[in-house]
Amino acid sequence: MTALIIENVGKKYGTLETVCDVSLNVAAGERIALLGHNGAGKTTLMRMILGLTSISSGQIKVLGSTPGSRTARTAIGFLPENVAFHGSLSGREQLHHFARLKSAPLKQADDLLERVGLDHAADRKIRTYSKGMRQRVGLAQALLGKPKLALLDEPTSGLDPISRHEFYDIVDELANNGTAVLLSSHALTELETRTERIAIMSKGVLVANDSLQNLRQGALMPIRVNVTVDSDAVDRVAAETGGTRMNGRSVMLTCLQDEKVPLLGQITGFGDVIKDIDVNPASLEDLYRHYSTMGDK
Amino acid sequence: MSFLTIARLELLIARRNMWVATSVILMGLFTVVLTLTGGAPTGTLGVDPLIIAATSITTLSVYLIPLIGLLLSFDAIAGEAERGTLALSLTYPLSRLEVLLGKFLAHLLVLGFAVAVGLSLTAGLTIWQHGADLSFMPLIKLFVTSLALGAAFLGVGYLVSSLVRQTGVASGIVIIIWLVCVVLYDLGLLGALVADDGGVFTKTVFPWLLVANPADAFRLLNMPDVSVSVLASGIGAAGGASGVGGQVASLLLWPVAALFFAWIALRRVEP
Repeated sequence: MTALIIENVGKKYGTLETVCDVSLNVAAGERIALLGHNGAGKTTLMRMILGLTSISSGQIKVLGSTPGSRTARTAIGFLPENVAFHGSLSGREQLHHFARLKSAPLKQADDLLERVGLDHAADRKIRTYSKGMRQRVGLAQALLGKPKLALLDEPTSGLDPISRHEFYDIVDELANNGTAVLLSSHALTELETRTERIAIMSKGVLVANDSLQNLRQGALMPIRVNVTVDSDAVDRVAAETGGTRMNGRSVMLTCLQDEKVPLLGQITGFGDVIKDIDVNPASLEDLYRHYSTMGDK
Repeated sequence: MSFLTIARLELLIARRNMWVATSVILMGLFTVVLTLTGGAPTGTLGVDPLIIAATSITTLSVYLIPLIGLLLSFDAIAGEAERGTLALSLTYPLSRLEVLLGKFLAHLLVLGFAVAVGLSLTAGLTIWQHGADLSFMPLIKLFVTSLALGAAFLGVGYLVSSLVRQTGVASGIVIIIWLVCVVLYDLGLLGALVADDGGVFTKTVFPWLLVANPADAFRLLNMPDVSVSVLASGIGAAGGASGVGGQVASLLLWPVAALFFAWIALRRVEP
C-alpha cells in the first residue's frame, strides 16, 4: 500500500517556483530521508502534503485522499521544524489536548510522554523545557493516534547525539508497525543506516531518489582504500598497486565500485607485509554534495 | 466536537495568563464603586436605586466591555501564527470554523463570568443597602446585552487578528477601533447634529447611524428612561427614534457578521 503519492507537483509564488515537477512515493513501513539545503523546497513540499499550502500543479494523495481533507489529516502525524507550544501549559496538558483533537485515548498520550522520556517533566510548564524537551513533545504529538504517514521536518535539530539515537529507535519502531516515514534532515551521517531511500532536492527539483547503495553506484564516486604496510615494503606496494604513499607506513588507493574486489585481492596477495586495510565508500555527505550540485553544472 | 476541545484549552490558557482574574477584578472593582457612589448625584429620592446603578454601570460597560473583548481576541490568530503554534494546530483533523468557535466560546465565557461577578456584586450591595424588594430586570438585561456587545467586539478582534500577521500590529488596530467606536463615533455624530441644526439628517439618518454602532445600541437599550439617559449621555435621548427593534437588531447582527467575516479571513490564512 502506498501511503503517499506525489505526482509532478509544483508550487509557484508569483513567478518564483519553489517546487518544480516533483514525483515521489512512500510505501507503508518505508523510511525516506528528504535532503536538500535551506530553501531547496523540502518544507514547502511538506506543507503541500499537509494541505497548509495550495498545490500549483500536479497532485498529491495521502492514503488516497486529498491533502488537508479530514481523512488525510487524521492519518498524518506531523512534526514541524522549530516546533512551538503554548508556554503556560504543561507537557501533559498540551499532549492531552492534541490527543482529544485526534480522538486518541488520553492513556496513549501519557504512554507517549513516557516513550519519549518526558514522564518526569510532564507536569511542568513547557516554558521551562529545553529545546530538546520541546522537540520530544513534538515527536510525541506526531505519534498520537498511530499515524499511517509520519512527516518529520528536521526532527533531530537541537537534539544531542544520544537523544538522536533514541529518536531514530522510535522512528524504526514506527516504520516496523507499518507507518510510512518521510523525514527531512541536515544531519547526514545518522541517516545512512536509518533510512531505506534517500531523496535529494535542489532548488525545488528532485535530483535523486534511490537507495544509498544505488546512489553510490550512480554517482561513480571513488572508493578510498587506505592500506597500512610494513615500512620496508611501502614503496613496493605503492608502485605495484599504483597508489600514493602517504607516509612511512601507509598507501592511499582509490577505485570504483566494480574494481574494489580485484584490488582487495591484489592487496591481500602481498601477504604478511599488509598490516591493515580501511575501505571507505563515498559518505552520504559526499553523495549529497555530488547530487545537489549536479543541477548547477 | 473539536471546538469544545479548543474552548477547553483556551479557558485553561486564559486562567494561566491571568486574563480571567484581570477581567473579573476590573469589572468587580468598577461595578462596586459605581453601585456605592452611583446614587450620590440623584440622592435617594425618586428613581429605583437599581436603575441608577444599572445606568452608571452601562456608561462604564460601554467602554470596558469592548476593551476586554478586543484584548481577549486580538492575539488569538496572529499570536498563534507568530509563535508558530497555529500551523501545527491546523494539521489536526478539525476545521478552521471549529478553531474560531472554540476560541470564541472560551473568551465569551471569560467575559460573561467577569460581567456576572460584577453585576452580582451590584445586586448584593443594592439589596444590602435598600432591601430585597427590587426588580432585577435591568441587571438581567444589562447582562444579556453585555454578552452581545462583548461577542461583537470579540468577532472584530478575531477579524483583525486573522488579517494581520503580527500581534503588535493587531493590538494597534484594535485600540484604534476601540477609540473610534466608544469615543470618536459619538463625537462625530454630535458634530454632525450641531452642523445639521435639526434638518433632514437629524430626523432620518442620525437615529440609524447611532444604532449602527453596537456600543451605542447597547447604551440606548440599557437607558430606556429618557430622563436618566439625558443625564448620562447628551445624545442618547435623540436615538429613541430608531426604536428598540433597531437596537436589538444591531446587537444581534454585529456578533454574527463579525464572526462570519473573521471566519472568511481565517480561511485565507496560510500559517
